[in-house]
Amino acid sequence: MQKIKTTAIYRTVPLLFAAACLIMQSCRHDVMVDFPGGQKPGGAEPDPSVPDAPIGFYLLNQGNMGMNKASIDYYDYTTGEYTRNIYTQANPDAVMALGDVGNQIVIHSDRLWAIINCSNKVEVMQASDCRRIGQTDIPNCRYMAFDGDYAYISSYAGPVIIDDDYDQLGYVAKINTTTLREEARCIVRFQPDGIAVSGGRLYVANSGGYRPNNYEKTLSVIDISTFTVEKEVELGINLNQVVADADGKIWVSSRGDYYDVEPHLYCYDPASDRIAASFDIDASSMWLSGGTLYTVGNSFSYDTMTSTPMFSRIDTSAMTVEQSHWEGAEEFGQIKAPYCIAVDPVRGDIYITDAGNYVNPGYLYAFAADGSYKWRQRTGDVPASIAFLYPEDAD
Amino acid sequence: MNAKKVVTIILFYLLMAYPLYAGAVVSEPVDSGGTMLDSLVVTAAPNQSTIAGQQLSGKELDRLSALNVADAVRYFSGAQIKDYGGVGGVKTVDVRSMGSNHIGVFYDGIALGNAQNGQIDLGRYSLDNVEQISLYNGQKSELFATAKDLASAGALYIRTRRPRFSGGKPFNMHVSLRGGSFGLINPSVRLEYRFSESLSGSLSAEYTNADGRYRFRYRRVYPDGSTAWDTTAVRQNGDVEALRVEAALFGRITDGSYMVKGYFFDSDRGIPGAIVNNVWKNSQRQWDRNLFVQGNLRRRLGDRNEMMVNFKYARDYLHYLNPDTTLMYTDNEFWQTEVYASVADMVEILPDWHANLAVDYQLNTLSSTLAGFADPTRHTLMAALSSNYTIGTLSMQGNAGTTTIFDRSWSPRRGDNHRTLYRRSRTAFVAGLFINWQPLRDYAGLRVRGFAKRTFRMPTFNDLYYTDMGNASLNPEYATQYDIGLSQRWDFTSTIWRWLELRLDGYHNRVSDKIIAVPKGNSQYRWMMMNIGKVRIWGLDFNAEASAEPAAGLEIGGKLAYTWQRAMDYTDPADCLDVAGTYKGQIAYIPEHSGAFTAFANWRRWELNYSFIYVGERWHNSSNIPENYEQPWYTHDMTLSYTLPLRRCTLRFTGELNNLLNQQYEVILNYPMPGRNWRLGVSLTL
Repeated sequence: MQKIKTTAIYRTVPLLFAAACLIMQSCRHDVMVDFPGGQKPGGAEPDPSVPDAPIGFYLLNQGNMGMNKASIDYYDYTTGEYTRNIYTQANPDAVMALGDVGNQIVIHSDRLWAIINCSNKVEVMQASDCRRIGQTDIPNCRYMAFDGDYAYISSYAGPVIIDDDYDQLGYVAKINTTTLREEARCIVRFQPDGIAVSGGRLYVANSGGYRPNNYEKTLSVIDISTFTVEKEVELGINLNQVVADADGKIWVSSRGDYYDVEPHLYCYDPASDRIAASFDIDASSMWLSGGTLYTVGNSFSYDTMTSTPMFSRIDTSAMTVEQSHWEGAEEFGQIKAPYCIAVDPVRGDIYITDAGNYVNPGYLYAFAADGSYKWRQRTGDVPASIAFLYPEDAD
Repeated sequence: MNAKKVVTIILFYLLMAYPLYAGAVVSEPVDSGGTMLDSLVVTAAPNQSTIAGQQLSGKELDRLSALNVADAVRYFSGAQIKDYGGVGGVKTVDVRSMGSNHIGVFYDGIALGNAQNGQIDLGRYSLDNVEQISLYNGQKSELFATAKDLASAGALYIRTRRPRFSGGKPFNMHVSLRGGSFGLINPSVRLEYRFSESLSGSLSAEYTNADGRYRFRYRRVYPDGSTAWDTTAVRQNGDVEALRVEAALFGRITDGSYMVKGYFFDSDRGIPGAIVNNVWKNSQRQWDRNLFVQGNLRRRLGDRNEMMVNFKYARDYLHYLNPDTTLMYTDNEFWQTEVYASVADMVEILPDWHANLAVDYQLNTLSSTLAGFADPTRHTLMAALSSNYTIGTLSMQGNAGTTTIFDRSWSPRRGDNHRTLYRRSRTAFVAGLFINWQPLRDYAGLRVRGFAKRTFRMPTFNDLYYTDMGNASLNPEYATQYDIGLSQRWDFTSTIWRWLELRLDGYHNRVSDKIIAVPKGNSQYRWMMMNIGKVRIWGLDFNAEASAEPAAGLEIGGKLAYTWQRAMDYTDPADCLDVAGTYKGQIAYIPEHSGAFTAFANWRRWELNYSFIYVGERWHNSSNIPENYEQPWYTHDMTLSYTLPLRRCTLRFTGELNNLLNQQYEVILNYPMPGRNWRLGVSLTL
């Protein structure tokens, strides 16, 4: 029996040892701050020498809720290089990085502002290098617009109305861009989203997104000098984004109710106080460049159970649709979920982000003004908003 | 669905059930081993599964540093626990990467259900009243089974303690008190009483209270290793208060036995939530109340026929509150009802050939305070025919079954208050073949086993009807498994080694029509469930167990479980353009390497146990890029106990020290797990 004993030992010990080795091989290590470095998207060329043109742009990736994966990428025209996650490179000491769910990024007089929705804050950075300056805490903040020395930021988290549904009105916060302090609040309707400044007034799109059985229909008009609501204009249900054009007309998109009511794009003319035009367009993301409004959307059909990417160009003075679908390179067809559009005002290049399946990293597509394909680049998760950097803001 | 089709389907099931009542009985009693029979038997009957499962029982369970079923399941190969951390955090099990909805969890032989989302939180099932936990791949391939036993791709059986009386004593009592980190206070009591030779009963009650607070730390470094940032905080809103009361009756009748049990669980807990930038505390809360009554009756009918009846009635209440005014205010209540009945009949056709037919019926309803809720009702009819056959040293079991569900739900209420009633039925089939072969006739230690099985999981109520997100046109999600394995056991006499066992299994699984959430239109917060996922899994499970007695009175032993898995996302073949592509990427939270090692030593009245759990690197997304990387984690736990026999009772003192090296880790991204923690316990057995 002694023989069996030793055999058993010989058989077990090396086996246990092998298993232990295997296990010890893949141990933990300290987690490094993310430094992905720059890369050149295939087909991207340095293009530094255009006068008055942007020298680069920042792209804000949303990241899914609870993942803490909001991030900022940067494209540099002077080198043609795309750098992912430039925020952690510029701010490796920022505890828990940029935050959870990035909604919008805007450059205003040398500073880069990013709304981080589920981190309940607005992050303020230097536009030149993305270095952090500070933050201002605004619960459930959504979108922003600037006027003079103030930032106006919409938030869902206003006063609570104790009724059957325990409703909560939204508000617009007035933030001093120097001190980053909130100086005043103006209560609007339920779940305000897009916001724009025009002619001394703020235009705020109320969505009512938390009340699917009772969506909001109004655009709140706020007089900036008194910071009070002047009136509410009824447009359509579940309003989303707002853009003010050079003539003072206000372009507002409506999401519809996802069932019977289709998405719309409304043009409200404050001078005549009427809806000057209305289009059956899903304009989930809009960008005004020159006299043209570019929009993308992705409409879902319950009949086919699929989403269809949409693209439009609208002449804002004639108020006509110049182009109702994409007429450029076939690469547009590879975009699964167009999420954000931006147009370089000088070069005319059109940038469209693809959120893909909203879980995995998305793509940024670059097209020339004529619609021909230039390049594409992997972004972070859910690329959501773009801000161009001009030489004067980068000093 | 038209009435004619319903009638056809019902007729079909009645025909399937017909032989049960035809009484074509030609058999001899078969010891079915199983989960229910041995109520008054001192030792458990032999396991008659064609392929044995992994088991933890009795002393082994007592020795582990485990508070609940989830803690114990971590020691099984092939099983991954999704753990949101702390005493109150949700803990679900995924076996061989097929998804937790494919795993049936059985409590004293009858499935625990959650028609709402299919999720069984194993963290809620305390080990206080449990005597055995078994995990079976494929199914518990025991012939005498309900249709539901065969309906899942893997099965976890939780068996509560059976009363055992020694020395003519008609009464047992066990009282224990545990306490420790996270403000844990956990008293429990168990009473057992023998009413007569043929009837005994037990009553078990347990109270748990914990504040759930623990320190956690996040840290990042520069490439040169110096600290970029380092932050420590206390986990908030992880408190839990729970009460469990369980009562059972175990009886014997002529040629049979029965068991009836009632279970009540009531809890109030905080949902600690994800830790993200600028948010260190969440305020969501959840209240649960679960009540069920279940029973089992087995009886021999003649020499070659045995019959089993199971039933269950369950009522579950869930209240979820999000009072956080920075988020959408939510205050919802849900009520679920389940009624289940099963009849199974096993006959011996020839001495080496048995067959079993089972027919199950189940009713599920769900209602809610949500506006315009679908209020779904589901009738499930299941039938399964299985048979085993032994020739020489080869035993085989095959089974085929079918499940049909009839759903009824209301359309969402919109503007005009008009609602439409929808009816829909779905049918799916399962089939499996299990073999076990002893290749060397004179050497019983070596076994070759294997199985192939195709199963499905029906879409849950949430998949189908959840406001906006549900998709009423979903089909069942399928899982196909192939497994082949070897096991070798050596039993020694007169050496210091007592026995040694090695088991190795290789497997390949395919999940198709996987139900996953896909975005709907142009918004991140609008999703829809779709049958589009595909996963292919290649895996290897290895287990080794040994026990030795190096000196008189000293017993030592150890157990090793190791799992290798490549679980690849085959959903979107077009997404393969660069390294960030998901095609063939390892799916979320499945480590390639994982394992557990436990070792124990018993010396006189002392018992010492050491356990090590290892989960290798993972990604939280099938895009396997550095941004989605999750660190490996591993914990070392120690338990020491001392048993003090007194004249009429026994006292036992236990001390546990878990996560000895104070590793700061996460199982799920942004859900920090507790560092070093301890528990002390004392129990009195009378």
